[in-house]
Amino acid sequence: MPIVVNLNKCKGCEECIASCPYDAIEIKEGKASINEYCNFCKTCLSVCPEGAIEEIEGKFFIPETSSIGNYRGVLIFAEQREDKISPVTYELLGVGRRLADDLNVELSAALFGASEKEAEELIRWGADKIYFCDDPVFKQFNDEPYARLLSLIIETYKPEIVIAGATPIGRSFIPRVAARLGTGLTADCTSLSIDRETRNLLQVRPAFGGNIMATILCPNHRPQMATVRPRVMKRGEYKKDKKGEIIYIRADNIPFRTKVIDTIKEVSNITVNLQEADVIVSGGRGLGNAKGFELLKELAVLLGGTIGASRAAVDEGWISYIHQVGQTGRTVCPKIYIACGISGAVQHIVGMQSSDIIIAINKNPEAPIFNIANYGIVGDLYEVIPLFIRKIKEVKAISS
Amino acid sequence: MKIIVCIKQVPDTTEVKINPETGILLREGVPSIINPYDLHAIEAGLQIRERVQGNVTVITMGPPQAETALRDALAMGADDAILLTDKAFAGSDTWATSYVLSMAIKKLGADLIICGKQAIDGDTAQVGPETAEFLDIPHISYVRKIEEVTENSVRVQRMMDEGYDIVESSLPVLLTVLRELNEPRLPSLKAKIAAKKAVIKKWASSDINVDNNKIGIKGSPTRVKNIFTPEARADRIILNGTLEEQVDKLAKELRELKCL
Repeated sequence: MPIVVNLNKCKGCEECIASCPYDAIEIKEGKASINEYCNFCKTCLSVCPEGAIEEIEGKFFIPETSSIGNYRGVLIFAEQREDKISPVTYELLGVGRRLADDLNVELSAALFGASEKEAEELIRWGADKIYFCDDPVFKQFNDEPYARLLSLIIETYKPEIVIAGATPIGRSFIPRVAARLGTGLTADCTSLSIDRETRNLLQVRPAFGGNIMATILCPNHRPQMATVRPRVMKRGEYKKDKKGEIIYIRADNIPFRTKVIDTIKEVSNITVNLQEADVIVSGGRGLGNAKGFELLKELAVLLGGTIGASRAAVDEGWISYIHQVGQTGRTVCPKIYIACGISGAVQHIVGMQSSDIIIAINKNPEAPIFNIANYGIVGDLYEVIPLFIRKIKEVKAISS
Repeated sequence: MKIIVCIKQVPDTTEVKINPETGILLREGVPSIINPYDLHAIEAGLQIRERVQGNVTVITMGPPQAETALRDALAMGADDAILLTDKAFAGSDTWATSYVLSMAIKKLGADLIICGKQAIDGDTAQVGPETAEFLDIPHISYVRKIEEVTENSVRVQRMMDEGYDIVESSLPVLLTVLRELNEPRLPSLKAKIAAKKAVIKKWASSDINVDNNKIGIKGSPTRVKNIFTPEARADRIILNGTLEEQVDKLAKELRELKCL
C-alpha cells in the first residue's frame, strides 16, 4: 500500500513528477521523493523507466473485517419531492438491480414521506423490498431526520451496498449517514460494478474536474456507499406483475434542529432543473447581452429543453446562477448540449463534457470548445440560431 | 459569537493545462490557492462578525505549505488561523478528514461553522456534512443567502434543484456556501504585510486528541484503486459549407440520431 522510491534504482530523471496528479513527488538530493500529498493512486509506478517506484505490502493496519460477512443486499435511497418519485430513483433501481443480480442478493429501497402507491411502483421498477416511512414530517427534505432514519434502517437490515442520487438532496445528507456509520462514501459516481473475486463494489468517479477518472474501493467497511450522478445510469425494467414486500418503518425520537420554513420555486417558463433536462442550450460571453438568452430560450423550448450558462454570462448578470454549468456551477449530462458563444474554458468543460452530443457554435474557430464538440459550427450565433430554429420548425412540420 | 471557517488549499485549475493528446493534467508550476468556494465562506464569516460581534478562526488540514492559504485568510480579516498538520493525517479520505476537523472544532468550540460547498480538486462536497455529523450538530448545504443570524439561530436560503428553501436552524450549525452568497473582499496591502508576519498555530494529532486508528490512510474507509484518463470523444464532425448548409446537415444528423 505505501508507495516508496528505491533509491538504488532511481536516476533522478523526473519522469514521475509530471505524472503525479497530486503533486506528491519532489526531487531531493537528485532522487525522487514521495511527500505527504501522496494519495496512493499508483500512477507513477508504470511511468518510471527504471522501475524504481514500488508499492510495499501489508504495512498498514487492516481494521476488523470479520463482521463484513453479516452485511448482505443492495439498498437504494428512493428520493421523492412533493410525493413524486425523482427521476434519479428509477436509474438507481436500474443499477441497483444489476448489482444485486451480480451478487445474487436482494434489492431494497428506502422511501420516506411519499404514499404507499409510490412504494408499490418501486417494486415494479425492480425492488424486492421497500423500507417505507409515511410519517408526514418526511414529506419535506430535512438533512438530520433523513440521515437518522436511513442510518437506522441500515443498522437494522445491514445491506452491503447503499446508493443514492448525487442530487442536492443525496449529496447533502448521505455524507452524514456515512460519517455516522463509520464507513466510506464515494461522491458522484459515473459507473458502478462488482469485482467478482472479492465482491467489492468498484466505484468510478471523475476527479480533478473530470480530467481524470478514479476507481474507488471501500474494502474493509460496510456498507459500501456511493452517490450516483443523475442521467448516467440506465433505468430499470418495469414489470407490471412484479411482487415485493413493503416493510413499515416507524420514526421515533428523531431530532429536528433545522426547520424548512418555505419552499420557493424559481419563476421561469422553463425548467431550471439542469440535471434532469434532455437538452440544454447554453450561452456564454459571446451572447453579448442578457437579451441573447431570449433567443436561446426559444431554441430550448423548441427542443423541449432548458437553458444553461457559462460563468462569464452569470458574472455579467445576464442570467441567474441557478443556470450556471461548470466547476462552480452544476455538472450536467443531457442528451444534447448546445454551447453558444462559449469559448470552452476548462472550468466550463468539466461541467458538461459527459453530455451525449455536444454542439458548439462560436465565431472563433480556435475556441477550445470545438475540441470536445461532436458538431461544430463556426459562425455568429445570431445568424446560426435563427437558421437552426427555422430548420427545426420545418422538420417538425413535416414529421407531424 | 465564535465562528470557524474551514478552508482547503487546492491547485489553481485556471492555470492547469491539459495535454491535448493524452488528456492528462499538466500540473507543473501550477500555483496553490484557497479553494474558490472557501473565499465565500471566509467572507460570510467576516460579514457575520461585523453584524453580531465575535471572532473568526480559519482552520485547514494539510501539509506545511497550506500555511500560505491561512495567511491569505488572515489578510482578508480573519482573527486567527490554525494549521492542522501531521504526517499521520496524510492520505485521509473525506471521512478521516472530517473526523480531524471535528476534533479541532471541538477543542476550539464554535457557534457557527462555515465551509465552501465543495473543493474544486476532489469535488466531493462531503466534508462539510460529515464534519457536522461528527460534531452532532445540524448542517445546511448550498447556502445562497444568509437572511438572519441571532444569538441562537440562523435563517438561510438553501438552493435546491428547482428553486430554493428557506431553512432555519438552532446554533451551533454548520453551513456550506455557494459562490452566489457574496463577493469576497480583496485584502489591502497593509493587511497582507501584517498577515505575512502573523504567527500561525500548528496542531498535530496529539494536540486535538484524535484516535490514531481513525486518521490518515489507515483510518480512511475508502481507497483509490487506480486512476485513468477518460476516453476522448471519437465522433467529432466539423461541419462545413455555408451556414445554411451547416445547419441543414446538423438537423439531418440529429434527425438520424432520433434527437429531433
